[in-house]
Amino acid sequence: MIEDIRATTSEAERLVDAASTLDELARVDREVLGKGSALTGFKRQMGGLEPDARREVGAALNEARAALEAAVAARRAALAATAQREQAEAERLDLTEVRAGRDAGHLHLVTQAIEELEDVFVGLGFTVAEGPEVEDDWHNFTALNFGEYHPARDMQDTFFVGLGGDREVVMRTHTSPVQIRVMEEQAPPIYSVMPGRVYRNEATDATHLAVFHQLECLVVDRGITFGHLAGTIDRFTKAYFGPGWTSRLRPSYFPFTEPSAEFDLQRPDGTWLELGGCGMVHPNVLANCGIDPEEFSGFAFGFGLDRLAATRHGVTDLRELASTDIRFLEQF
Amino acid sequence: MKVLSSWLHEFLDAPVAPEAIAAAFDDLGTPVEEETRLGEGLDGIVVAEVLALAPHPNADKIQLVQVDAGDGEPLQICCGAFNMAVGDRVPLATLGTTMPGGMHIERRKLRGEWSNGMLCSAREIGLGDDHAGILVLDGGPSLGTPIAEVLGIEPDVLWELEVNPNRPDAMSVAGLARDLAAKVGVGFRLPSPPAVVPAGEPVTWASGGAGGRQGATTSAGTPFAAEIAAPDGCGRFLARVLTGVDPSAPSPGWMQRRLIDLGMRPISALVDISNYVMLELGQPNHPYDLAKVGGATLRVRRARAGESMTTLDDVERALTVDDLLITDGDDVPVGIAGVMGGADCEISAATTDVLLEMAWFDPTTISRTSRRLGLRSEASARFEKGVDPAISELAADRFCQLAAEICGGSAEAVQVDVRATLPARPPVLVRTARVNALLGTDLEPARIAEVLAPIGFSTEPQGPDHLVTIPTWRYDSATEIDVVEEVARHHGYRHIPNRELTEPRSGRLTERQLERRAVRRLLCGLGLAECQPLPFLAPGQLAAAGLDPAGIELVNPLVAEESVLRTALLPGLVAAVAHNHARRQLGVGLWEIGHIFLTPPEGQTLPDEREHLGVALAGREAPAAVEVWQVLAELLRLERPAVVNAQLPGLHPTRAAEVLVAGERVGSVGEVDPAVLDRHDVGERVAILEVDLGALHRAARRSPAYRQISRFPSSDIDLAFEVPDGVSAIEVERTLAGADPLVWAVRLFDVYRGEPVAAGSRSLAYAVRLQAVDRTLTDAEVADARARLIEAATGVHGAVLRG
Repeated sequence: MIEDIRATTSEAERLVDAASTLDELARVDREVLGKGSALTGFKRQMGGLEPDARREVGAALNEARAALEAAVAARRAALAATAQREQAEAERLDLTEVRAGRDAGHLHLVTQAIEELEDVFVGLGFTVAEGPEVEDDWHNFTALNFGEYHPARDMQDTFFVGLGGDREVVMRTHTSPVQIRVMEEQAPPIYSVMPGRVYRNEATDATHLAVFHQLECLVVDRGITFGHLAGTIDRFTKAYFGPGWTSRLRPSYFPFTEPSAEFDLQRPDGTWLELGGCGMVHPNVLANCGIDPEEFSGFAFGFGLDRLAATRHGVTDLRELASTDIRFLEQF
Repeated sequence: MKVLSSWLHEFLDAPVAPEAIAAAFDDLGTPVEEETRLGEGLDGIVVAEVLALAPHPNADKIQLVQVDAGDGEPLQICCGAFNMAVGDRVPLATLGTTMPGGMHIERRKLRGEWSNGMLCSAREIGLGDDHAGILVLDGGPSLGTPIAEVLGIEPDVLWELEVNPNRPDAMSVAGLARDLAAKVGVGFRLPSPPAVVPAGEPVTWASGGAGGRQGATTSAGTPFAAEIAAPDGCGRFLARVLTGVDPSAPSPGWMQRRLIDLGMRPISALVDISNYVMLELGQPNHPYDLAKVGGATLRVRRARAGESMTTLDDVERALTVDDLLITDGDDVPVGIAGVMGGADCEISAATTDVLLEMAWFDPTTISRTSRRLGLRSEASARFEKGVDPAISELAADRFCQLAAEICGGSAEAVQVDVRATLPARPPVLVRTARVNALLGTDLEPARIAEVLAPIGFSTEPQGPDHLVTIPTWRYDSATEIDVVEEVARHHGYRHIPNRELTEPRSGRLTERQLERRAVRRLLCGLGLAECQPLPFLAPGQLAAAGLDPAGIELVNPLVAEESVLRTALLPGLVAAVAHNHARRQLGVGLWEIGHIFLTPPEGQTLPDEREHLGVALAGREAPAAVEVWQVLAELLRLERPAVVNAQLPGLHPTRAAEVLVAGERVGSVGEVDPAVLDRHDVGERVAILEVDLGALHRAARRSPAYRQISRFPSSDIDLAFEVPDGVSAIEVERTLAGADPLVWAVRLFDVYRGEPVAAGSRSLAYAVRLQAVDRTLTDAEVADARARLIEAATGVHGAVLRG
């Protein structure tokens, strides 16, 4: 009987090794180890044996069962590994063929410039103020000390809007009306910057836009001096452009500041960039906003953003900034 | 304003190097825009005589000119001008010359013929703009003489300066010289022509009068007069008579060259002298032909309503009662005061006797008239900044001096000098402490007086302060701050030390600004590109986009295509998609954040201006835009965001919805109306979202409170309802979410239309996850919750549970 067990086991092992799929192995498993298997049959026959023989046969059966179970497990592991390999092979991907259906999106280069500048000024302790693009004469001109027939009005070619009385409503020609709105609404101390879109009725070309962007900085507090103006411009210059940059002020004229100046920045290579205008807030402007010019003083400076933004990317024709062509937009 | 170094030096008592002058102008607020070195590059240009002219064998527009430059050797030149004749003396740029414009003259072949130099036009040697032909030299200068010697050209420097409205004094050579002299520390002196009449009462800001009429009689017994009938418009009117002028005398070359250099055209001796005096002293003036001035009287009055006159440029100008007129004694208008004269009394080739006007006109009046008529002249540019009312007499003397030298005019030793209203410029108290407080300086009172004195601001000490008298050439200055600026300018901006802001303060963006940035980042994250089209639309563009055609219009647009303020971002975005579509750039995803402008509400002047967000998804259907909205709503934690199907202008008739937050309308979503796309030649669908960012910012937000996560297993149930089409899916979802406290999440996972669902309804299937934080739910609890969910959907929306 021991011999029969050995033969049966050996035959069963052959069947296990021959199983080529997991399903087939499961069938073989039932066949050689299940209730109807030859091994189970031998076990049933054990009852009629002598105790010694029974012990021997029992040991042989246990041994055979253990061997077969191990063989099935080994075969199962081998087949599973093969199946996984085949599955993996079947689902092979060439990842170099992947192209994103969408990209990271694009902020307009002017928006990028505005955000960067805002961040620099926030870092310097300023808040950001905003205002409407269509303005009344008071905020755009009169409160800023532009007399009704002052020649300075000609410095800014104005789009007039068909609302209100003659020349009463305009597309704002600068972001300075936001200064007025801030000073009307808020008592000093004021430390604010005002970015925004402005409009000039001027023929456009590669270096001039009728619709462009400015950023102004306004400080009103006790004891503010022209020295603070120059110092703040210099601080901003180094923060935004870099530590190797310096600034200088040259006399100029704006109705809403006095003394007034242009400010130029010097690049580390020694060349100059004429950036914007500035000055001490004119006492009339403070008074127009209900601020006592004897108690408070202030300064303002401002500049155009579009050229800065365009230059950084080598855009030589500013008119491109209004382009809606995706080939332009997706570069930034 | 242009100015010559040589002219400036007539008023300086020591030479100043061109580099120092240019640097000083930059520091004085009259920066150099352009510098031109004159009289340089003329070394190789000499006088030559035209010996012969012959056609070029191979070219029509060039002729062959044989010239002799003094060495007796004929030289062949190819020349494109035909205005010279044999025997003419002309400037020849010899070989090796580098021209003022930088061109290098070499021997070269033109169409097969040798050219051994270049004959020069006036412009080519830096004499004005005349480039019509070769400059033919008068007076038979010797051959081979350097042209600079023949024309009396000395090396000089010409600067074009930027002059701001607050610098009336910088509109004259003398005024610029005064400012410059003060800056560089040399002396300044005005010209001192012989006085024609004994000095009268000096003119100060306080020396005005009442106007009226004043007459005088010439030595020949001819009476003449001036009258100010508008004392608030004309502060001073000085008139003189010159007789015996030789109308054929030309102005001298030096004067013509200076006029040309400063941008004026030489006309005739008297006109040139008039312009020369204006440029030199800043006093616009007008010589009339005395014989043509009715009653030999000049009168200043306001124009009458409906009156008009024809100006020198032959244009009839309609006038208003605000304009100032010069009339003659018969009340015939002879000029618009301070702006432009008329043709009738102009001096001509027959003029021998001159009535000379030197006046001071009110800047506002001149500015207003000049702007209204769109008529700018050298005179108006000066009057509107404010001419020096005290300079008239000196200017008249200078005119008479030059006229006597140049055209033999003899000045009558009488004048009329009518005074009327001059602006009040009382002395200003300038507080030393205030100067230093504004500038951040530590200037001593003496230093303040020291910098002001050379520019004519005279100071009288008042304790530590000064009483400052404003000079008559500084109409712009009237207050303490004006004087502070002069102190800063002449002390030097570069000498004011930088200071740091020290006031404690905190910078940050507002919630609105932070949200706007978050929205931008979200849209970028969705792979979309920001664009910034112009906010101006063409007439009809609103209608073409299917919107209400009424938009606010610009009064003076640059071009008609940019004349209407947008009332929505939709038209610009559709145009942007169309632009890309036309270039086979399909499927673009664009967005814009910008202002839109609606008709002002009742009682308000300014438009209802709003900040909108617009998103256009080309090649996508409406749900894509709704998804953008939903993600946006999630980002901003909006309370009960919803879309409600609706018919909206510009949007697809059956694929559009209003966008709501907590029941308030904040925008629209859907697809662009196919008719609109047709009009824009867009052949792909365009999903679109437009929302009012201001409204979003103000809209209700979900509580930021945290909801505790359960450690116990959840239970999922699926519920499918038949819901009428009119009921929004999101509302059903929200009802389910609120129907039982055990509901953790509700998700719409299937929508089905068709049999067996009744027409006009659809099946909405929701997966509901139930959860308690403190226990595992029992089957009974789940069943109860399910019953409440069904009851709610049925009760609130008339939904029917599907079997």
